[in-house]
This record gives sequence, structure tokens and C-alpha cells, in this order.
Amino acid sequence: MNDRLLDFAIKYGFLILLFGLIVFFSLATNGFSSPRSAVFVLQSVAITGILALGVTCTLVVDGFDLSIGAVATSALMLSAYSMVILEQSAFVAVVLCLLMGAVVGLVNGLLIVRFRVPDLLATLGIMFLLIGLQRIPTQGNSIATGMSLGNGVVAEGTFSKAFLWIGRHRFDLFIERLLPMPVVIFLVIAVLIWLFLGFTRHGRMMYAIGSNERASALVGASVNRYKIAAYMISGVTASIGGILLAARLGRGDIASGNNLLLDSVAAALIGFAVLGAARPNAFGTAIGALFVGILLQGMTMMNAPYYTQDFVKGAVLVAALVFTFYLSSRRSGARR
Amino acid sequence: MPEQALVVSGLQKRFGRNEVLKGIDLSLEPGSVTVLMGANGAGKSTLVKIICGYHSADGGTIELAGDNFAPKSAADAIAQGVVTVHQSIDDGVIPDLDVANNLMLDKLAEPGSGFFVREGRLRRDAQRIADSMGIDVDMKARVADLPVADRQMIAIARAMARKPQVLILDEPTSSLSATEANRLFALIDRLRDAGVSILYISHRMSDIRRIADRILCMRDGAISGVFEEQPLDYEAAVTAMLGHRMNEVDFSVENGATPVLALRSLQLNAGAQTINLTARSGEVVAVIGLLGSGKSRLAEVIYGITPAAGGEMLIDGESYQPRSVKEAVSRGVFMTPKDRGANAVVPAFDITNNMGLPFLSGFSVASFLSGRRMRTRVREMNHQLGVVCQSETDGIGTLSGGNQQKVMIARWLMEPCRVLLLDEPFQGVDIGARRDIGRHIRASAEGRATLVFMAEIDEAIEIADRIVVMNEGAIKGEHINEDIEIAALIADISGTHAGNGATVAGQTQ
Repeated sequence: MNDRLLDFAIKYGFLILLFGLIVFFSLATNGFSSPRSAVFVLQSVAITGILALGVTCTLVVDGFDLSIGAVATSALMLSAYSMVILEQSAFVAVVLCLLMGAVVGLVNGLLIVRFRVPDLLATLGIMFLLIGLQRIPTQGNSIATGMSLGNGVVAEGTFSKAFLWIGRHRFDLFIERLLPMPVVIFLVIAVLIWLFLGFTRHGRMMYAIGSNERASALVGASVNRYKIAAYMISGVTASIGGILLAARLGRGDIASGNNLLLDSVAAALIGFAVLGAARPNAFGTAIGALFVGILLQGMTMMNAPYYTQDFVKGAVLVAALVFTFYLSSRRSGARR
Repeated sequence: MPEQALVVSGLQKRFGRNEVLKGIDLSLEPGSVTVLMGANGAGKSTLVKIICGYHSADGGTIELAGDNFAPKSAADAIAQGVVTVHQSIDDGVIPDLDVANNLMLDKLAEPGSGFFVREGRLRRDAQRIADSMGIDVDMKARVADLPVADRQMIAIARAMARKPQVLILDEPTSSLSATEANRLFALIDRLRDAGVSILYISHRMSDIRRIADRILCMRDGAISGVFEEQPLDYEAAVTAMLGHRMNEVDFSVENGATPVLALRSLQLNAGAQTINLTARSGEVVAVIGLLGSGKSRLAEVIYGITPAAGGEMLIDGESYQPRSVKEAVSRGVFMTPKDRGANAVVPAFDITNNMGLPFLSGFSVASFLSGRRMRTRVREMNHQLGVVCQSETDGIGTLSGGNQQKVMIARWLMEPCRVLLLDEPFQGVDIGARRDIGRHIRASAEGRATLVFMAEIDEAIEIADRIVVMNEGAIKGEHINEDIEIAALIADISGTHAGNGATVAGQTQ
């Protein structure tokens, strides 16, 4: 009886908590339970959610990507640089960013599988490298139309309409101009990664590698290629996040995106607790991102000061981790 | 007769329902080397772990120099004078520190040895220890940069710095080359002369011939033989260790028709002897030999994990030079590796995904898996092999060892293949599961060549049409499994030939 209760708590505890939060905020505040508010929550978590889905793929192969935040801000600066200073089109800017993400993922992967650098250290190194690199072309300045390039030359390029559309367009859904483009992209990527990890043989093999790398190699899997692929997925999703951020801001702001890494890693780790999976999974990651978004939105509407936010995120993360690891270890202990 | 250093009487230990030690009696004399032999699962390591304080015994007593000895922890055992050097060398040394610091580590850890390290004195003391052991290495070298043998020596020297009465060495030569091993033996000789009582665990016959004063054999949790009369009877020791109750062989031996796998002048290591072997269709060949005989290496070479040093392999008459496991699998060569926990089981997966792992592409369309098709197929395989489970979606960790092994074997029986390699398929498997697996391997053997790599003679006789014996990387003999002459088989395994045993034994006297 007790065992069954424990099983139930592990499986649905987090979802019930999420539902409880929604009910609580709906009753306690005015206007929390409206479509606009729901979309606002989604919009606030779209970019971190996309990054979190990428990092989930690296967690699946028992790796970790610390460079995602830096990849996203690099994509932000790269897109601004290519449009404002090089005066390229939106298409070129997007392609450049995606390529950059893929290359960074490839380098991460090669550092880890070829040069045997531990994953945390390799991606930490690349993180530093990118944070520095993105400041070099503009001598550490943010990029905006009309900025001085020295010698009296002024940057003539602008963020193209099409590029801003990616970040700012809103689709009609029941209500006019309800659903923002970044939310749509987040949902599409979430579904794609969910399908890939959960239902394809490649995803299944990635889980096998994460659980027992040697056994996977001995059934003929190309372990190194799968690992590199995971880091490339992570790099590309991070660059998509950066593109969306740039399109929303409309300028190459050097200071934005500071919280991206921690928030997205937190979402992926909270995802372990959803449905008692106790392992990285796309559905859990998306719910984890939503959970943080809903909590912050509700607290804001209840007039909690902004500086309590990180504390609350941290508390949720620690609770979710205890939930995952302590409860599941008790469960497996009880069975034995 | 000298007083006994260590006396073990009636020692018992069980893990759950599994009775690992069934009343062990043994004694160790000062100034002599006792070799403990036993196949995997005989209970050697459990015995050692009790003596060195990792486990407590369920029954029986141990006496150390006449006093009762029941160590509460590993540190307690060491403090009382029983020191163990484990198989994994890096347990005994700290790789990032230099030699001097490693040798003096226990001094450094001692309470009240001063806050600041006095480098000069430390180095001088360390040098003295090294000299007394006959170890010649640079005191300033980082241990991680030293060859394995030197690391081993340092681990032993560190152990000896505590002046133990009993030294236990657990398979110390398993990662050493022949010359390196000789240096170790010289050190052991020196310790023996100093009156230390040494328990040496190994199944390498060359080691045993070189250093054994007496031999103890373990089998199924009991002492199955004690050999102390000179010259030592090595063949009888191997027999006692492996056992050979004659089994009823209830199948007719297949000679096999067409050759499937042919090994021609294959060399496992550069400069090693060559291997010539043909495995035919429908035939089950057991490759037996002791640990380090090269049988696992041979399996790895055929499965494309390590390249051969020379020679060639043919499958169905066509050249076969696998550069990867993937290539081997695509040529129809499948293998279940030994040590399933490390090499085969995916702990996060259920039975279905564990079994279907190599053939996911067969169960998917455009990469999307069909869970139902996979489960249906796995259910069939479970039924065929008699896997005991509630459903095919049970987690792999909920199964017993024997059932896990059945799943791992079934994994490679799902699809037809040309060559099936089974490396120690009966490791950690109860007798019921062993029979089920053996029966199924024989029943499905038609149309492929099956090679089973194992140490136990009994198991080989139970399953094989032909038994090939390996020793030191080469094939020492071949026996058709009909009216097999056990004595000849054991002589092949231990590498002794008429007259040879006596001369080698003469050296140790």
C-alpha cells in the first residue's frame, strides 16, 4: 500500500504540484487564468525551453553542454553583425547562426570523443572562448544601426523586417495576434525532440549509450558519432534560441542572455522528476521550463519582488532533484 | 614445523540464499608462499575479502599467530598485520603523487606526524624502504608515469612498510609482462626469506610453477585440494580446481559439414605463436583455457574489437578483416561478451529494449520504432529460452543473473548469423539457466558456426562438439567430445607435458 503511494507520488507528484500552482494563482490573482497570460508564460520560457531541449540531448548520452548560453549569445551577436555591419539579408544571418551552432557542437563533440576532454571541462572551455570571441569584432560594444565603426564610418545596415518577424510576429488563434512566433518554434522543436528521443531507433540508441556506453559499442553502435550528433543538436538549438533573442531585441545587445545557461539547465534537470522518468526526457524538459515560467509569472502577479526569482528557481530545482534521486532510490531499494 | 601464521577454520559466508563459502579450513606458514587457485565464482575473492576485513564471516574462526582475528574494517586488518594488495593496482597507489610520497603515505596519514612535510627526510626514508625491497626507481617520478610493474612494486612496498605477518596478493601479474613479472617474483622471494607468510592468488600456471611452495584449490566455496609435497602435482591441482565429474553427454556430436570460419596463421600479439582453426556449420566449438590463455583476446579479434597482429581470417571462404564491431556484425559475426554487467546489460532499459538493441533498425520504419513488433518478437524469445519474468516490459534489473544472461544471449539469437561467439556465457549463472542456455544454443546451432569461450571443463563437455584448448596465446590441443580423455585435456590446459612439471618444480626447491 505504502509502496503504491510512493510510486504514485513519484509518477504524478510533479504534475499535480504544477496543476495546484495554476489553480492557486488563478484564485489568488486577477487575470492569471487568461489566454494572454498563458501565452505570456509560454513566451517567457520559449527561448530557455529551446536551449533546455538541446541540453537534454547531451544529457541523454550521459554528457553535458555548458556552452549553450554562450552559443546563444554568440548567435545573437553574429546575426546582428551580419545584418548591421555586413549588411546581409535575414536569410544569410539565420544560416550563418545555424552553421555556427553546428560547428561549435562539432568542436565540443570532437574535444570530448577524440581528445578525451571530460564533457563539463570541454564545454566550459568553449563557453569562455565564445564569450570572449563574440566581443572581439566590435571591441566589446553592442551592435545597433548607426553605431560608429571608427574613422567616422557609421554602420548603415539594419535588422531586416523578415528577421524581426521571426521574433515578433504573432499568429491569430481565437484572439487576434495571440500566439508569438518564438512560442510556435519552441513547441515545434519540443515535439521534434520528443519524437526523436522517444520513438526513433537513433534516440533509443542514444539512451543506451548514456546508460552503458561499452555495451552499446559491443552491439555495433557508432558511439562517438552519436555523441557528436548530440552536441551538434545542442549547438543548433542554442543558436536558434540566440536568433529568437536577437529578433525580439532588434539589436546585438552584449549584455543580454546572461541567465540562459542556468535557466535552461535547470529546466532540463527539473524534467527528470516529471512522470517519475528519473532520466532526461523532452516532455519533462518542456514541463520543467513551463513550471519555472508559471511560478515566476504567478509570483510577479502577486507582486513578489524580481530579486526573489533566482532563489525560487533554485529552490524548485533542488526540490525536483531530491524528488528524482531520493524517491527513486527508495523505490528501487524497496523492490529489492 | 614452524608455528602457523594464519589459521582459518570452518569459515562460512552467504549472500542472500547464495552460499558462497561452505566451511573453509586453511593455514598459512611463515616464510612460505601458498598459492590459492580457483575458477571464477569459486569464492576466492570472498575469502580474501573476509580475511582483509571487507566482509564479516557468518561462521567459523580466523586465528592470527594464535590469537583470535576478526577485523572490523580494512584498516583494522592492516593494523593487526594482514595486508592485501588488490588486483586493481591503482587501489594501492596514489597516481598523482611521486614515489617518495606514495611510499611514505601511511606516515603522512599518521596522527601527530607534524603539520609541515619535511621533504628531505621523507625522501631519505622512502629511499631506505625502496632499497630494502630492491626497488630501483626515481623517488621524484610521478607514480602515474611509471610502468605497471613499478606501480605494483610500490603498492607492495607500501604494504610491506607496515611490517605485516601475512601478505595477500590478488592476481598481481594479471597486467604484467613476463620480465616485469620476474621482478615481482624476485621481490616475493625476498619477502619469503624475511619470514612473511604469503597468500598468492592466481591461475597463471607459469606464476604458480615459479613461486608456489604449496597449492590450495577452491571449487564451489570449498577447498577441493591441498598440494604440498614436492614436487608439486600441478595437473592434479588444475583438476581439483576445474573438477571433472563425468557428465552424461546427451547429444550426438556433430562434425559439421561446410567450413564457415577459418583462422589461418592468426597471431593475437606480435611475435606470438600462430593459430589455425576451422569452425564448421552446425558445430559448437568450445575454446577453453585459463585466465590469460588468450581466449578472450581471440574472441575480441574475431569480433573486430582489436586487430590481429598477423595472419588472416575467412568467412565462407571470403576474406574477413573486421575493423570495427559494426563491420563484424554486418558480416554476420555476433558476440555476447563476458561480464554482462559491464559489457552487455543496459540498466536503464527494460527486457524488450535490452534484447532488441542490436536490431533496432529491423524494428523500425524510417527510424520510427514499432514497439509492438519488438515486444512480440521478444516475447517469443523469452518463451524459447524460458526467461522467467512477469512481462517483457520488466526492467532488466528486476531479473536474476541467470535470466539476465538469457536475455543477453537471446539478443544475438533473434537474427540468424554466420558465426556466434559466446565469451564466458555461464559466468554468474545458476545451473538451471545454464542448462536452458546450453540446450538452446545447441538446438539453434544449425546453419552457423558457434564458438564458446570458457574456463570450466564441465561446461565445455556439456555444450561442445569439439573442445579446443588454448594456452599462452596458442592452441595446445583439440579433442572431439566423445570419450574424451580428461587427463590429456588437463595436461593441455595447464601446459604441462611429460617430465616438464618435475623440472620446473625442482627450481622452486
